[in-house]
Amino acid sequence: MFKRLLSNDLPRDRTLAVLLIALLIALAFAPFIFPGVKALGIAAKVLVFLVLVASFDLLLGYTGIVSFAHTMFFGIGAYGIAIACTRLGATWGAVAVGFFGALALSFVLALIVGLFSLRVRAIFFAMITLAVASAFQTLASQLSDFTGGDDGLNFKLPELLSAGLSFSEEPFLGVALNGRLLCYYVLFFTALASLLALLRIVNSPFGRVLQAIRENEFRAEAIGYRVVVYRTVSSVLSALFATLAGVMLAFWLRYSGPDTSLSFEIMIDVLLIVVIGGMGTIYGAAIGAALFVVAQGYLQDLLKLGSDATAGLPWLSALLSPDRWLLWLGVLFVLSVYYFPSGVVGRLREMARDPQSKH
Amino acid sequence: MKQMDIDWKPLMLVPLLAVLALPLIGSGSTWLTLTVAGLAMGMIIFIIASGLTLVFGLMDVLNFGHGVFIALGAFVATSVLGAMGDWTGSQELWRNLVAVFPAMLIAMLVAGAVGLVFERVLVRPVYGQHLKQILITMGGMIIGEELIKVIWGPQQIPLPLPEGMRGAVLMGDAAIEKFRLVALVVGLLVFGVLTWTLSRTKIGLLIRAGVQDREMVESLGYQIRRLFIGVFVVGSALAGLGGVMWGMYQQNVIPQMGAQVNVLIFIVIIIGGLGSTGGALIGALLVGLMANYTGFLAPKVALFSNIALMAAVLLWRPQGVYPVASR
Amino acid sequence: MSEPLLALEGVHSNIGAYHILHGVDLIVPRGQLTMLLGRNGAGKTTTLRTIMGLWRASAGRVMFAGNDITAMRTPQIAALNIAYVPETMGIFADLTVKENMLLAARAAKRAGDMDDTRLKWIFSLFPAVEKFWSYPAGKLSGGQKQMLAVARAIVEPRELLIVDEPSKGLAPAIINNMIDAFAELKTSGVTILLVEQNINFARKLGDTVAIMDNGRVVHCGAMQALADDEELQRSLLGLSL
Repeated sequence: MFKRLLSNDLPRDRTLAVLLIALLIALAFAPFIFPGVKALGIAAKVLVFLVLVASFDLLLGYTGIVSFAHTMFFGIGAYGIAIACTRLGATWGAVAVGFFGALALSFVLALIVGLFSLRVRAIFFAMITLAVASAFQTLASQLSDFTGGDDGLNFKLPELLSAGLSFSEEPFLGVALNGRLLCYYVLFFTALASLLALLRIVNSPFGRVLQAIRENEFRAEAIGYRVVVYRTVSSVLSALFATLAGVMLAFWLRYSGPDTSLSFEIMIDVLLIVVIGGMGTIYGAAIGAALFVVAQGYLQDLLKLGSDATAGLPWLSALLSPDRWLLWLGVLFVLSVYYFPSGVVGRLREMARDPQSKH
Repeated sequence: MKQMDIDWKPLMLVPLLAVLALPLIGSGSTWLTLTVAGLAMGMIIFIIASGLTLVFGLMDVLNFGHGVFIALGAFVATSVLGAMGDWTGSQELWRNLVAVFPAMLIAMLVAGAVGLVFERVLVRPVYGQHLKQILITMGGMIIGEELIKVIWGPQQIPLPLPEGMRGAVLMGDAAIEKFRLVALVVGLLVFGVLTWTLSRTKIGLLIRAGVQDREMVESLGYQIRRLFIGVFVVGSALAGLGGVMWGMYQQNVIPQMGAQVNVLIFIVIIIGGLGSTGGALIGALLVGLMANYTGFLAPKVALFSNIALMAAVLLWRPQGVYPVASR
Repeated sequence: MSEPLLALEGVHSNIGAYHILHGVDLIVPRGQLTMLLGRNGAGKTTTLRTIMGLWRASAGRVMFAGNDITAMRTPQIAALNIAYVPETMGIFADLTVKENMLLAARAAKRAGDMDDTRLKWIFSLFPAVEKFWSYPAGKLSGGQKQMLAVARAIVEPRELLIVDEPSKGLAPAIINNMIDAFAELKTSGVTILLVEQNINFARKLGDTVAIMDNGRVVHCGAMQALADDEELQRSLLGLSL
């Protein structure tokens, strides 16, 4: 049953399994283990990024194509909910309209971009998605009547999900049982379901074909697979999951703006996470997202210590400044691509496999 | 059989776009102003894009980190021009030029030198692996941008035009900003030198041949690697020069400018046909004109119009206006 | 038999996962024209590409004029005065005929630097090259391209000329021109290694012959001996010369 749930794609390494279980427990009981607004916010962000990054892994790791438009679909999800709830009021109907409207738009856009650019070469796809995403971002900030421009949109969700609603007078284990808590668990189960669904996809016959194409496009084409079709389907699926992640983000933040969902910085973050976590593993997305978001929240404090300690050497201090943490991530990213293309997860699995391969 | 066989159709696109825009804009003088602005912007974009497209054509390497050299050039220029305040502050144009010229030269040298390191450390180990190339050069972009922030700070820095290049000249009713004329001249100069090198020198011959068939050039006894390093360095230096021009055009520079301009450059070389310098020129002029016309007519969709332009060109010629043989 | 200019000793080659050459032993005597024959897929083109360093030999040695060139890179190998005409001819279609020739003349910076006497001699062998001197090479017909490809290979004196199927896809009349040109070339003293499928071509030009099958050289000897021995032909090539 457990194996079937994971589509037979087990962690295959004890350390990795322990990490994943720890992550699962931490996220499942986050409201109780880590009380406090900041900690819960970080846990929720991990959930959102987990889906976003895992869906990107379907594209990059399993299909072997790079898209720079992933945050566009993320943004469509977030703005879909935001715009619908702003225009139609905080009703479930509005949420449904926003959700399905966003999915439909992502579907169409991903299909067009895919059919347009995937037939030539993967490098084309990367360039065109970069251009399209950047144009989309500009469009979103220009159409300010609709999207709130650079300020974004603050909106209300149905009461069931708001902190104002309490289910009981008594806190349970010291945690108030309110709509906010419910919202967290909606996110949690959505993320869990998405991750299992993605595992199912990549381990299905469809997923195997994707990997065959990634390994050798010509051979796959020669065997008779329509490479363009498979790649396009993969990019559409990936876009839909990214949209879902955007919806999750909007649920949690009740806000949607260019900096939280559409910006190129987030695209870079996603790229970094998936490579450092481990391309083509799905689990890497989970581990990577958790590491990254937590690090973003706390590692900067560490860098600040380093920066303060080296204040006497202005150059070193500037390099260690917490604002420059992307520099170090970038270096780590490049090193990962060179030396650990399968990232943290791949590394762990190799270490688990090595002792066996000796006999 | 014709001796010279030039495909004229793409060349007609630029005047066609300009003529089409005239009735939409209405006023002739506004049109002239916008057209000159568009051509100037196009020339700057071309300076930047030429190196990228050549590197791609020659070695099948698409450098997603090309933007770093743009930003680098622009930031170096702020430092050089800042140190030459006496010269930039002068009203006399020749004194301004004395300041701007070394700024450009140093920007090109620095960008070229960094390009050499970039090629050696990042690009060389991932030849022929497109996926890794995209990732690695993107990583290079992130690192480069952050290093620029370390050196010059993360904030926007003004890059004021030298006194003598400010303001506009009147051509009839149309006001033409002086700097745009400077940009046009510099752009034409670069284009001229590039064209001359490519068509009249042995190095240029080798580059053109290498774009078509790398293996055969090696079989004829030429070290294409050296050629490639040379082109990469020159391409980086040109991006640096373009960065100086772009910074002066915007009159300020930010570390993220490289990534922003990169998007335009990609559109340009896709329109032009990956690897084609002539195509890059046409793409750049089209994009420059389009940006200025739509910026005037419908500013909200300015960047989107370039995407539409790209889509239209690709529907017409799926490999860009000048497809490069065997790619 | 004179001293070999080029010698392959037990060369193996892999292309991707495919093992193509299984220990090729081949000797190309100096000053002679060696024919490399064999069915499609026997490994002839791969042998030439391996000599040029375009594929890497995974085992064995390639010796040229007494030096081991197995590990050298293609440009270095070419710089030893070896000219190579690939099966695809490698004509630069966007360059003019003149530019194609200039490119092959490593010592020349400009068209004017090319050796006039030698050019005249090449023009006499391949008149089309002179006729279309300033036309884009892509405009030439298949036969003209093939002539340009060979002309380009000999624009400067080379020690070894390696040509992959010069008769491929050519009309019989043009093949005869080509045979004449190679016969003339032989008299200039250059060593030639030719891959051929056209038996007529081989019989008229070859001094020595090597026959490949399944990635190995299965027969080696004088061309005349093979041409005279129909039994041998049938067993080796499955067709008569």
